[in-house]
Formats: sequence, structure tokens, C-alpha cells
Amino acid sequence: MEYLIGIQGQDFVLVAADNVAASSIIQMKHDYDKMFKLSEKILLLCVGEAGDTVQFAEYIQKNVQLYKMRNGYELSPAAAANFTRKNLADYLRSRTPYHVNLLLAGYDDTDGPGLYYMDHLSSLAKAPFAAHGYGAYLTLSILDRYYRPDLSRDEAVDLLKKCVEELKKRFILNLPSFTVRLIDKEGIHDLEKLTLGAK
Amino acid sequence: MLLVHHTFSKMALASVLSGDSADFSFDSSQSFAFGGGPGPSGLGLEGTPGDSLSFSVKNPLCVGDDDGVERKIEFLHGTTTLAFKFQHGVIVAVDSRATAGSYIASQTVKKVIEINPYLLGTMAGGAADCSFWERLLARQCRIYELRNKERISVAAASKLLANMVYQYKGMGLSMGTMVCGWDKRGPGLYYVDSEGNRVCGDLFAVGSGSMYAYGVMDSGVRHDLTVEEACELGRRAIYQATYRDAYSGGQVNLYHVHSEGWTRISQDDVLVLHHQYKDQA
Repeated sequence: MEYLIGIQGQDFVLVAADNVAASSIIQMKHDYDKMFKLSEKILLLCVGEAGDTVQFAEYIQKNVQLYKMRNGYELSPAAAANFTRKNLADYLRSRTPYHVNLLLAGYDDTDGPGLYYMDHLSSLAKAPFAAHGYGAYLTLSILDRYYRPDLSRDEAVDLLKKCVEELKKRFILNLPSFTVRLIDKEGIHDLEKLTLGAK
Repeated sequence: MLLVHHTFSKMALASVLSGDSADFSFDSSQSFAFGGGPGPSGLGLEGTPGDSLSFSVKNPLCVGDDDGVERKIEFLHGTTTLAFKFQHGVIVAVDSRATAGSYIASQTVKKVIEINPYLLGTMAGGAADCSFWERLLARQCRIYELRNKERISVAAASKLLANMVYQYKGMGLSMGTMVCGWDKRGPGLYYVDSEGNRVCGDLFAVGSGSMYAYGVMDSGVRHDLTVEEACELGRRAIYQATYRDAYSGGQVNLYHVHSEGWTRISQDDVLVLHHQYKDQA
């Protein structure tokens, strides 16, 4: 039901998530934000089981902040991703595993932009583009076809729009709007929400 | 609303009360007072069978669990509760029927819990779960007030409740509640449930009749309603839900939360409303 997507460019990462918070067949909220700011240049996008998402994401968020307070400098996106994965893995075979699917996007001042795909079985993969949810089945091939490593910001947004158009056309569920954010060396920028009007 | 005779496992209640607790030893073959679902099993049984005071009648509905997997209790959330924000605060409207299976156990249940003079909580799901956890929340809110010399915000109160029930996720708690209040950020409305959801919003309906209530509310709600209009909208939405949903009924209890706190507005029997609306149309 939920959808996450991330596209990495030369010097930025573009991420988007749908805005629906649902409970069985009812849409409880249509402007729900699924992105968690881990630090000035790292975002964690989190979907999955109710309760687990917020609890796990906030746990990671607070621990990343704690690291900064204790050590005086921030965790890099790669380190944050591995930290997250380790936590997920540690809980996987406990009585209370977290059923969450994640995308971690960040900009490292030395290594540049990075997008990390993580799933509920605690696999971690650094990827140029990634998506979660049923919508991923429809849009990964679009990303395969049109993605280039040297995409400009506008081209990346257009690629994102192509994906969202496909969801509107073929996905059985209605996802009316998406929060879009871009991370680059300046930090996290809120882009315009992608809303699909009645076309 | 489902009334079920329940015994919490010794572990859970003792740790919550953290003191000399009564010996709630757990026996999975316990009988139930009303036709509830199968009992929770595999909850870290500690009590030794044989020394407890249980009624050891094998419950025909309780299928033995050999694999120790926690069985989810099939509660029906038989109720309709709703709340919405508008310019003058928050309107909270609930029905008052409690069911045990298809038996109507009561038509006069109070489904709004008065946490403190400016915070309300609604009840949907298991009656015991809701009233217990919201009473616990009231205690936590009072402790916060005493420690910080300041009223607790609605966001913080709902987060406390959400974190409390998250620890019991998967163990069979059934609770769908809305925490409504007024704090220094204005009117506040949060939906919290035993699955772990906690969502801030302007309008919620919870329970088996919630879909019917959503229909009426969505088509009538505006930010600039007067208090009178908003009360009537809440009342009508609950009435329409009780009309269609078999598990909702009784009376409509209406509350209004404003900057000074909450006020009980009215209590109307659904049958009386039915004749009133029929004559109106």
C-alpha cells in the first residue's frame, strides 16, 4: 500500500514517499510524513507495520543524535545505514522483530550522495535508485530504462514524475500525494508536493 | 464494545503496578463469562498449574496452542466513536452500546474517559483494555503535571499512551482511542491504537460504525462551523452510524473541548433522535 522511492544523482539524492496513513480500508490521514530526519544531511524513509515504523525510526533518529552529542561529529550516511541495519538484524531473531522497510538517503561531504536500500530481513544495499512497496513493481523498470548517473536535478524530478504517473495509471490503490525532498551539500530541501489532480 | 472476563498475566500487571500485586496466576483453560474469543496463550506463563484458584472448565472456544504461538483475540471493536477539530475546539461524540458477541450487554456504557479537566479519551475495542490503560494514562499525566508544574500537552499524553501499549503489541490488547484536548498549541486530536498507530489529525472515527460516521462527517464538516452546528454534526454522524451498524446504539454522548477544558454537552437516546429526524425530513 505504501510507496517509497529514491534516485541518486551526481551530487544529490532525490527521495519521495506517499502521504497516506491507512488503517484497514480507511485513510486516516492524507498528509502523513514518512521521512525522519536523522541529521542535517541524512533522511530515513520508513514504511511497514503500524507502530514498528515510528518506534524503530525514532529509536535510530535519537541514537544518531546521541552519537553526535557524545563525539562532537555526525555519523556519515554509510555509518548510519550500517548502524540501522545492525539494529534491525539484532532484533530480527528476537521475540520482537521490527517489520519495517527503509530507504536511507544522505550526503557525505567526502563521499558524496548515497542511497541505501534496507528491508525487513535486514539486508542492506547501496543503490543508485530504489523503491519499496507494491508500487516498486511498477516503477523499477521505468528507473532501469531512464536512469543515468549524470542526471540533473530537474531530470531526476521528471523521472520521479514519470514513476508517479505510472502509479496513478496502473496501481489499484489511490495515492493522491507524495512528499518530495532533495539532499545535497547544502542539506535537506523540501520540494513541492507531488499531487495528482483529477486528470 | 466487548466485555470479556480477562485475567492479565502475572508478569504484565505486576510490572505495571510495581508493588505487591495480587496473585493473578494464569490458566489457559479458564472459562469466560461472556462469549469472548479464545483466550490469550503463550504469554510467558509463569504460574504453576494446580495452585491457582481458577475455574478449570475447559473453554470449548479455546483451542489449545501447542506451538506456544500468541493467538490474536478477535475483537470486533463494536462501537462508533468520533472526534473532529473546528474553529472552536474539538467535538467528541460516542455511542453507548456494549456487545458480547451478538448479545447486547449494555446500552449505557460511558465511552468517553475523562483523563483530566482538559483531556478526554474515547473507548473502542476491549472495554477493560481501554479503561485500564486510559486510567494509567491519567496517572502518568498527573505525575507529569506534578513534576513539571505544567499541564501535559496532548501530543505528549498520546505519545505516553502509544509507548505504553506498544510494549504489549501482538499480545492481544484491543484498543482504539482518540486523545482529545486543548493545550498551548490549540486544539489537539490524536488517534492511538493497540497496533501501535499514533496519528495526529483533524477528524477521526473509530469502531465498527466508523465508516458510516466518516461519510456523514466528511460531507458536513467545515472549519468555520458554529458550536451548535458542530454538535449537531457529531450527533447526526453517530446516529447514522447506529442506524446502520448493529454493534452501535444506545445513546449519543457529546462533549466539547475548548480552551477552558471540556464540557459535557448532551446525551440523546438514539431512538428519540430517530423520531426527531424523521419528523424533520
